[in-house]
Formats: sequence, C-alpha cells, structure tokens
Amino acid sequence: MNKDHVIVCRCSDVSLKELRDLIDEGYHTFEEIKRITRIGMGPCQGKTCGQIVLRELSKATGKPITDLDFQTNRPPIVGVKLNLIAEEAKKDE
Amino acid sequence: MNKKAQVVIIGGGISGCSIAYNLAKKGVKDIVVIDKSYISSGSTGRCGAGVRMQWGTKMNCKLAKQSIDFYEHANEILEYNRDVTFHQGGYLLLATTEKEMDQFRKNVKLQNSLDIPSKMVSIEEAKEIVPHLNTDQLLGAAFCQKDGFLDPFLTTDAYYQAAKRLGVDFMTYTQVTGIKREGNKVTELVTDKGVISAESVVNAAGGYSQVICDMVGIDIPIYSERHQILVTEPIEPVQGPMVMSFSKNIYCQQNPKGPFIMGRGDDREARDLRITSSWQFLEEMAKTVTSILPSVGNLRVIRQWAGLYNMTPDKQPVYGRAEGLDNFYMAVGFSGHGFMFGPLTGIVISEMITGSKPTIDVSLLGIDRFAKGNLILEPSVV
Repeated sequence: MNKDHVIVCRCSDVSLKELRDLIDEGYHTFEEIKRITRIGMGPCQGKTCGQIVLRELSKATGKPITDLDFQTNRPPIVGVKLNLIAEEAKKDE
Repeated sequence: MNKKAQVVIIGGGISGCSIAYNLAKKGVKDIVVIDKSYISSGSTGRCGAGVRMQWGTKMNCKLAKQSIDFYEHANEILEYNRDVTFHQGGYLLLATTEKEMDQFRKNVKLQNSLDIPSKMVSIEEAKEIVPHLNTDQLLGAAFCQKDGFLDPFLTTDAYYQAAKRLGVDFMTYTQVTGIKREGNKVTELVTDKGVISAESVVNAAGGYSQVICDMVGIDIPIYSERHQILVTEPIEPVQGPMVMSFSKNIYCQQNPKGPFIMGRGDDREARDLRITSSWQFLEEMAKTVTSILPSVGNLRVIRQWAGLYNMTPDKQPVYGRAEGLDNFYMAVGFSGHGFMFGPLTGIVISEMITGSKPTIDVSLLGIDRFAKGNLILEPSVV
C-alpha cells in the first residue's frame, strides 16, 4: 500500500500526501492546515484526524506534540438536529 | 529585530492581503504585513462566505460588482495552485413585508442601472429556485444569479501566495503593541517582535481596527459587534443560492462541498471584542431556519462560532487617510462585508498610497463623512 494514499481526514477526504505537502509548503499549525484542507471541519470535528495531523506536524517541526495547539473546541459536543433544537426552544416560549 | 519598510499593513485578512498584493504589483518594494495570528484568523476566516452584488447604495453596488467580476477570474489572475471555490449559485432575498418589497424594487432598479443582473421574482419562481422554501409568509423575492459562495480561507491564501511571490514580507503571530507618531506622520510600529519604521502604515485590522486607531489617537465612530454562525453536516447539493431575509434576520447557504452555513445578527449585542458562542443564537437560528427552510431541520449542527463585524454608523466602509495624518491609511468598518469587497479594497488603497489615478471614486467613503454628517446609509445588511 502506498502510504501517501492513506486518508487522514475521512470527513473531507484529505490524504497523507496532501497533508505532508502542505507542511512542506510551510503551513505549520493545525489551524492553518484546517483552513486550506477543511481537516477538522467535518462531522467528526477533528476527533479522528486531530491526533494524526498533530503527529505529522510534530515529526516535521521537531516540536513535541504537547507543545502544538489543536483547534478551538466548539459547541455542540456532538451533532444535534436543528429540528430538535427548534422544538425544545419553542417549549420555552 | 528591527526593520524598515515602505508600507506596513496591519492585518492579514482579505483586505490586508489584497492591499499587499496590489501594492507589490504596482512595484512598491519593502511591504510588510503584520498579523497577530495566522492569515485569515480574524473576521475574514469567520465570515459567512457569501458574496453578493445586491446592495442598496450605489457605492456598495459598484464595489461589490467589481469585486465579484474579479473573483470570477481570481484563480487565473492570482495564479493560484488551488481553487478559491467560487460558486455563483445566486442570492435569493426574501420579502415578507410590503416595505421590503418596495425596498427590493428600488434596489433592483438601482442595481440594473449599474449592470447588475438582479431581478424581482414571484413566489412561484422563488419556489423553483429553492424547492424546499416555505413560501407561507412570502410576498416576493429578489434574485441575482451572479452572487454566490466563495471560500474565504482559500481566497485569502491565493492573495497571500501571490503577494509572497512578489516579495511581500508576512509577519504572522506578531502583535502591534504601539504606534509612534511625530506631528502629522506615523513613524514607527512597535510590535512584540521588534520595532518597524515605516513610510506608510495601513490599518486593515478588521474587528480590531478601532484598537489600532486608538494607538495613533484617531477618534473614529467605529465599534465591533459579535455575529454568530453555525454549520451543519454535509449533504449532496440541494440548495443553489444563499437564502436571505433581512426582516427575519437570517442568511443560509449550502457550501458547494456540502454543509449548510447560516448566521444572524442581534441588535442587543454588546459593542466589544467577544467572539464566544451562545446557546441563545443556536435556539433562535434553529427556530428561524426550520420555519423558512423546513427540510434543513433534518440536518445536524456540528459547529458554531462567531466573528466580529466592524461597524460604522452607515454600515459602509471607511477608505482613506485619517485626518491630520499624511501617511496613515484606513481600510476599516466593513460592517460585515469586508470579504466580498476585498479585491476593490486592495485596488483603492494601493492607488491612494502610490498616488495613481483611481479606478473608482471612493471620496464619499472618507472618515470625514461622519463629522460632516454625510452618511450614506446601507439598508440591506443582516
């Protein structure tokens, strides 16, 4: 198996090669990589891809993973249907 | 680390990157762009990604039209190795009151006189354009096919890459902490990475523009206000245009990559620099979108965030030099539409700095309009 074709972000179909090319181009934070590739913006909200991206960044920059910033965690914690939120909100009216 | 520059631009959003690119293209050397974080980390990267020509003032229509004309060819002009993802699926503006109908008719007339191909559409036509639209309270709508979606990150990246190739120096993760002024000139920028002496300085700091103005002692009636957005899980393409209602306070568009993005403002919002998320927004947004676009209610919200609108009293930008200062330029106060005006912002400010013949007369948008009371109020903002 060609490792470059490994998918690192299943939500936005980003391959390991794309990720490594971006890091080579000089995008050295999760937030910057996210904005070019949409890694971390899909339904998993970075729960699947986050660690993989940080590991690659750590390898490329030599910084330990603990020194690297992940994206800001944003609400909601899990996906919720808009209909459910609207129904609940109407109960308060 | 101290350095010298011809022009220092504060802010690495769409405005700053576009100004830098246009200056470099005109042959200006030693341009530095400073941002306190990464490129498009502020209002640009937090915006709703919509671009439209359907405005209510002549000035906004012209700025928006010329910007969109540019965006149609942005990949080629900026020689971008990725794709700015411009999708002209149109904007459908809903009219649910007679007042809105009147306003839209006036707007469309003005827009058509400026070669903007907008039109009034009937309820039936609106339903054809967006089949899942609830037309219960609808009186009519305005539509322009040339409006649409544009990726803010990739578009700003395209400008950034092009500017970098022309020799522009980008100092990201660098914060301006002070600006030195001598008489009618700004002389030095103090940053957390050293001092930069500059021939000219541009304030393109988006949501933080008034903070920069404070540093040079300019009194400007601009403030920032939080606006919130949410995004859903992606699905197959079902909605071409941005659907927008001013009276119901909503805009909602499907990103060509699948997710729906929607946002609204709040009149009671404090005038500060907060960009936190609130549950109140989530509830109000859910109620509004499910009433206008019922089937969107089946989608899961996966993330909400916020950004700053940099507001002026007439919701139009400020372009130009500050009074009493010969070398301090402002591209601020975009009131929620700085991203879509990006191309013209770069052209206008670079022409001012180099003293070239203006492509478009923006003298009405000077800072002096507030003191003189020459406001040109934009009626069509969410």
